[in-house]
Amino acid sequence: MGIGILNWVTYIPLIGALVIVFFIGKDKHKAIRYTATAVALVDFLASLYLWFNFDPKATGSHMWQFYEKYDWIPSLGVKYEFGIDGIALLLILLTTFMGVIGVVCSYSAIEHRQKEYYVLLLLLQTGMIGTFCALDFFLFYVFWEIMLVPMYFIIGIWGGPRKLYAAIKFFLYTLAGSVLMLLSILGLYFFNSSGIPLLNIKGLGNAATFSVLQMHEIGHLIPPQLQIWLFAGFFFGFAIKVPMFPFHTWLPDAHVEAPTAGSIILAAVLLKMGTYGFVRFALPILPDATRAWLPWVAGLAIIGIIYGALVSLVQKDMKKLVAYSSVSHLGFVMLGMFALNPMGLRGSVLQMINHGISTGALFLLVGIIYERRHTRMISEYGGLAKQMPMYATIFLIAALSSMGLPALNGFIGEFVILLGVANASIVYASLASVGIVLGAAYLLWLYQRVFWGPLDNPANRNLLDVNRRELITLLPLVALMIWIGIAPSTFFDKIEVPVDYIVRKVDPHYFDAKPMMATTKPASARAAVVAVAEAAK
Amino acid sequence: VTWTDAIFLLPETILSIGASLLLIAPVVGGRRSDRAAKWAMLLLLAVTALTLLICSRVVVSPNIEQTRGFAAMFALDSFSIFFKMLFIGVMGMITLLSDDFLAEGRYSVWEYYSLLAFALTGMMFMASGMSLITIYIGLELLSLSSYVLAGYYKKEEKSTEAAMKYFILGAVSSGILLYGISLIYGVCGSMNLLDVANATSTLISNDALVFGIMLLGAGLCFKIAAVPFHVWTPDVYVGAPTPIAAFLSTASKAAAFSVFARVFYVGLHDFSVDWSNVLAVIAALSMIVGNLGAITQNNVKRMMAYSSIAHAGYGLLGIISLSRLGINGILLYTLVYAFANLGIWATILMMRRHEYAGEQIDDFEGLARRAPFWSFAMVIFLLSLGGIPPTAGFIGKYYLFAAAVQAGYGWLAIIAVLMSAVSMFYYLRLVVAMYLKEGKDAEVAITLPLRVVVTACLVVTLLFGLLPSPLVNQVARSAKNTADRALPTAHAGR
Repeated sequence: MGIGILNWVTYIPLIGALVIVFFIGKDKHKAIRYTATAVALVDFLASLYLWFNFDPKATGSHMWQFYEKYDWIPSLGVKYEFGIDGIALLLILLTTFMGVIGVVCSYSAIEHRQKEYYVLLLLLQTGMIGTFCALDFFLFYVFWEIMLVPMYFIIGIWGGPRKLYAAIKFFLYTLAGSVLMLLSILGLYFFNSSGIPLLNIKGLGNAATFSVLQMHEIGHLIPPQLQIWLFAGFFFGFAIKVPMFPFHTWLPDAHVEAPTAGSIILAAVLLKMGTYGFVRFALPILPDATRAWLPWVAGLAIIGIIYGALVSLVQKDMKKLVAYSSVSHLGFVMLGMFALNPMGLRGSVLQMINHGISTGALFLLVGIIYERRHTRMISEYGGLAKQMPMYATIFLIAALSSMGLPALNGFIGEFVILLGVANASIVYASLASVGIVLGAAYLLWLYQRVFWGPLDNPANRNLLDVNRRELITLLPLVALMIWIGIAPSTFFDKIEVPVDYIVRKVDPHYFDAKPMMATTKPASARAAVVAVAEAAK
Repeated sequence: VTWTDAIFLLPETILSIGASLLLIAPVVGGRRSDRAAKWAMLLLLAVTALTLLICSRVVVSPNIEQTRGFAAMFALDSFSIFFKMLFIGVMGMITLLSDDFLAEGRYSVWEYYSLLAFALTGMMFMASGMSLITIYIGLELLSLSSYVLAGYYKKEEKSTEAAMKYFILGAVSSGILLYGISLIYGVCGSMNLLDVANATSTLISNDALVFGIMLLGAGLCFKIAAVPFHVWTPDVYVGAPTPIAAFLSTASKAAAFSVFARVFYVGLHDFSVDWSNVLAVIAALSMIVGNLGAITQNNVKRMMAYSSIAHAGYGLLGIISLSRLGINGILLYTLVYAFANLGIWATILMMRRHEYAGEQIDDFEGLARRAPFWSFAMVIFLLSLGGIPPTAGFIGKYYLFAAAVQAGYGWLAIIAVLMSAVSMFYYLRLVVAMYLKEGKDAEVAITLPLRVVVTACLVVTLLFGLLPSPLVNQVARSAKNTADRALPTAHAGR
């Protein structure tokens, strides 16, 4: 069997990084940039192959597509197992897409140690894609940890004034969470095989394996008491990454200090690792614990939504504002997920992508103005709309998309999430909707202070509007916002099967108990779209 | 004693004859022969390794009884061969590391290598010891050589102080160890681990024996530098010549772990109820004290000393869990840890200018610019010690953590993983210095031997991190017999 397409998508950035390390001199800045861009583009094209050859209708074991499996450490039962479903597909595309933008937007922002920078950026991409592809816990953990190192360096070397603090905080928080997750992985491993006799945990006696798919099969057999503990380990690992309140404190620091591309990738992809972890592992493998933890997770998600929005409201630094808005948005994603019904999960997965695009665009925009003025303080600006009309227009679209204006992507995600959540609990939904109002408030207020009013700061008189390179990075993002906003079914179709699969894992009788839902299920994605369209009117 | 027994001892015999020859060589060759000393030592190591290979081919057989000689006091089984090979390899690296500071010509060269060779002989006896007395004698030979080596900068106050501290505390701990052995002998009527195992299997509980086990454990904990027997470590590592600090933190520790594993798995496994919880507390304390202690250190050698205390705690997880995973983990971890550590010590040596200069974390500032390859290697070694994939350190830690979870020590596993996250804090301090800070332009002395050591360590650390299968399988084979003793078929599942 040859090397499959998933491996290519994963390792093209690594190969590119090695090429840069060994064949391009330290001072050939242009060659380094263009090679990195080319590698990122090729990787994006390779991932498009996945998009066009993906069969969204395949169910059962065929749901895992482009599947590959090799022996890695046979004596431990560790396999090199790759495969993706629709959720991973969307996230991989988001990664490769943002990868290109991350490289291109760094052309002028990164001035020293360029070679190391682009090498690390590409290494990071390999780590991220590998994490989404891995279907073996051991392999997943390896990629998960590999990601940390390049990001640590990107923040630490090219970051702002407090970069050292931010970098180490990011590293240690994530590491502390992930080692606890490792313990839960070990717990699953032993439960599947020999058990833990001294804790009175009887194993299933299966062959030792770390296979995620195997764990999906045996998840419901795990005694609830054990599930709750295993869930705790996963929760710490993923909640820190998401980040959920109160584990979010690393995020503003990391975002504010990171260079623009670092922030974009951090927001667009790295945070999604946490939510992806919940969707892929915690929910389907530990259904009882998921229900037991639900009030806590949902509560923290709602606190995150409101707290994140309130804190955004009072920020003086644009980048910090966008960073805190992530806490709020990721709260929505978590809440939608823990609605534990197809609607909520669908919205949640789509909102992961939406947040990546909208927040990525906002960070990119903040980075553009920062490069010109070297300040991000809102009070330094005002009346930019006259000076930079194009910039102002794109910023407006990105902000509207982030706050959830109909016909843009954010609305679809939030609306479907709220539909799902309302289905589960009207209290949660009404609390969460407060966050939407606040979201509009902090973004519009930001927009008002930066772009409207008189152009009274003389330093802003000579600001140039976006140049062609910046436009090239921005326009695709805007296009995506609109595309998802008006034709979300392209994306919903891809995730319908895996979402139903997860809902069925969490509650095997979900579709039986509600025959009404079962009959309308195939059309439910479309129903959401119709509902969205009507609401838009 | 028969002539066939002699085969068991052939590598050690050759090694100790060689060590004696190293001692008298300068008398014959004069001072000018100093340059040859390194080669003589490497040759001796190569010959020993070769003899060991040949002897192991002759001796090792599926029948475990045939791998023991001298009335079952000395075993040349796959377990001891693994460790002996590791010792010889590490010793070769130490020889290469020593070249630099011996070349300054202020200290006698031949005696240094002779002492190292005697220390190696002691370690090889420890790995093979099936009788407490064999183990004790091997340990003493190692210890006495180490005391002298720790004080080898005899003109430096710090080095002398280190040797003195090490000697006094070491002598006390030897006494404790010996007292423990005598109690065990008193109860069981034999020094031989197999007889001890038989005797203990019929005992229900026996306070004298438990006391003896505790004392024996305390003596060994001193050697691996586990809390609360660790206080000597930072001072000795800082004071001793850097290659000797490297030796103490890798080879000497590995030897102590081989004894730990052999004694507790083969001899005392029936009394695990009595010792495992005590060792669990010691392991937890070692991880906590070691890792927290390392955070505030500004001297790299001191930091490495605290880190080595913490790693002793991780290693103990393998003893406590008393399982196949556990003993495999010990073998794996000692090897992986030794190579990562040696790489770091080599880099510290590269930074060294005179006796103790260049050992502060600040001295590493901006190293990435001046020596990119070395900095990269250093990052990999540090990640390996921190247990971050895809380095070999992760595989080692994985085994030990898994062993702890499997043995039901959930609380200990939680402490272990959180402390390994904490450890990254101080390992990253070095990374910060190398990559994230602009440097003073201190010169670095990159010599060929150092380059060889770092490259070898880097290859091992990365290769076994990415493709661990060969190592994992070898470890499982090497540990099998020893594990079988402790885990008869009734517990085969564990």
